[in-house]
Amino acid sequence: MAKRRKNSDLGLIGYYALLIALSLVCLGPILLMLTTSLQLKTQIFDDKAHFLFMPTVSNYVAVFEQEHLARYLTNSLMVGLISTAVTLVVGCMAAYALVRFRFMGRDTVSVATLLLRMVPPAVLVVPVFMIWTYDFDLSNTLSGVILVYIALNLPFVVWILQSFIEQVPNQLEEAARMDGANPLQTFFLVVLPVIRPGLAAAAIFTFRIAWNEFILALVLTNRFTRTMPVMVSLYITEHNIEWGQIMAVGTLIAIPPLIFTFIASKQIITGLTAGAVKG
Amino acid sequence: MPTTADQTTLHVPQGPALGDAPSRPRPHTGRRARRGKRLLNRSTPYLFLLPALAFMGVGLLYPVCRSVWLSFQDWKLGMAPESAVFSGWENYLSLLRDPNVYTSTGVTLTFAFTVVVLEVLLGVALALLLERPIRGMSLFRTVFILPMMVAPVVVGLIWRFMYSEQFGILNKIAKAVGIGGVPWLSSQEMALTSVIIADVWQWTPFIFILAMAALQSLPASAIEAARVDGANTWQTIWHVKLPLMMPVIIIATLLRLIDAFKVLEVIYIMTDGGPGLSTEILSLHIYKTAFVSQQLGRASALSNLLLLIVLALSVALFVFSKARERQARKVAM
Repeated sequence: MAKRRKNSDLGLIGYYALLIALSLVCLGPILLMLTTSLQLKTQIFDDKAHFLFMPTVSNYVAVFEQEHLARYLTNSLMVGLISTAVTLVVGCMAAYALVRFRFMGRDTVSVATLLLRMVPPAVLVVPVFMIWTYDFDLSNTLSGVILVYIALNLPFVVWILQSFIEQVPNQLEEAARMDGANPLQTFFLVVLPVIRPGLAAAAIFTFRIAWNEFILALVLTNRFTRTMPVMVSLYITEHNIEWGQIMAVGTLIAIPPLIFTFIASKQIITGLTAGAVKG
Repeated sequence: MPTTADQTTLHVPQGPALGDAPSRPRPHTGRRARRGKRLLNRSTPYLFLLPALAFMGVGLLYPVCRSVWLSFQDWKLGMAPESAVFSGWENYLSLLRDPNVYTSTGVTLTFAFTVVVLEVLLGVALALLLERPIRGMSLFRTVFILPMMVAPVVVGLIWRFMYSEQFGILNKIAKAVGIGGVPWLSSQEMALTSVIIADVWQWTPFIFILAMAALQSLPASAIEAARVDGANTWQTIWHVKLPLMMPVIIIATLLRLIDAFKVLEVIYIMTDGGPGLSTEILSLHIYKTAFVSQQLGRASALSNLLLLIVLALSVALFVFSKARERQARKVAM
């Protein structure tokens, strides 16, 4: 029966129709944001939906004329890139230790990492705000935000890289060791290059979380150290909501993760399915 | 494979320190000794782990402990830490007396379980429907993961815009069809549903991708056997595919459930918990208690309530995946 259906053109058309419909559902809201960001106020508030219109960059110009947008973009980029880099280096070292060595406390570390991964950011908001403000004097600094993002992302990175390191053949490391490499050299020169796909997946996920995160950034930053999600959220609390400009900022926030999705969808799917599917 | 091999060498005696470990294989001991050398220095794994443990300790574990401590204090935001007074269980007791906490917990549970049930049903059904090796599937898959890559804040903005009663696209369509305006976010009855729809939009693809991957890793022999036995498509799905997919579905469900309790941004942007308390999930209630009502101790007590729920789910997830691992190992042996 399955075979018969496979051969029928009608089934195939229906099948593609469903796929395309689903794609539209996924894409529609994102495209709506993009088109709205390119429309004038009068078009946005018009009763009719505008599918054909002359795009305008006036919203983007207005947004960039705002005092601090360039600074917030830089903040977001710095936070995203630095926290991703540190998380990756530190995370894959830990993952390597957990996979390749048997030592006391290994299981404890492994389980603790898994459980820490589940801590909701909302649970962290109050204590982190307090500790950063009164104990570490890190509130309103980018380092403070970066620090909490590293901690937040590490459990996931350690966990996903473990499955990649497990697949590195032992002989490779043994050969390096025979050639006189110490554990650090073995790790950085032999293991790391082999697990590049895993690193790519981990990097994308880490950057995405750091770039998109909102609630911790909201309480840990001020008007100089704000990141983009915090900035756009402040737009909406104003009485006169400028939807065109909001959507322009929203588009700016959405662009980097969307680009990653298109150039590295395979790694993303690996990241999404790792663990759940393989066990 | 490496697991068992390493464990056999666990008791190899200590030798020279890290750095001078290499080469000079001892005679007659071969592989075992070489492996042993790898473990010669016991501090190596701790050196590798130390930075990660430090970061997680400072950024996760310590705050969580501090939050437990804070929940027994009476402390207002903006006051010096010295002004915090130990108040015993008072924060917890006052939570128990507060009807808003029950409302918020109810909203959280309704939200989390509804979105997960909808997403799992839809995601698995779509995966079963669309499982077919075709050209261009990877492109479609890429499109499907787009919603979950978008920042939650931005998702909130997009949906708030679409739900707008005067100029939102959904009401434009509704008017064109002749239904008239729907008070998506402004009515107590409708708001939670609207928020749920947005979450289902964003996260159903997650279940879909996982279910797809599970389907593709099913043993072809089982499906072939079912076909030979004369099972029709429906019977194959019900009696062969779904049972085999079940472990993945359960893990995906637990992962989604944990994430559903973490949701905050989308709702913060769309409704800020309103109208009334109709969409005030716990995470948002925590934030407001701390930074609007300025009761840090009480907010910490609430945080611990949320943490407890998530922890229980995580332990369930952990126990389940361990059991599954053990089973898989048994099968492999």
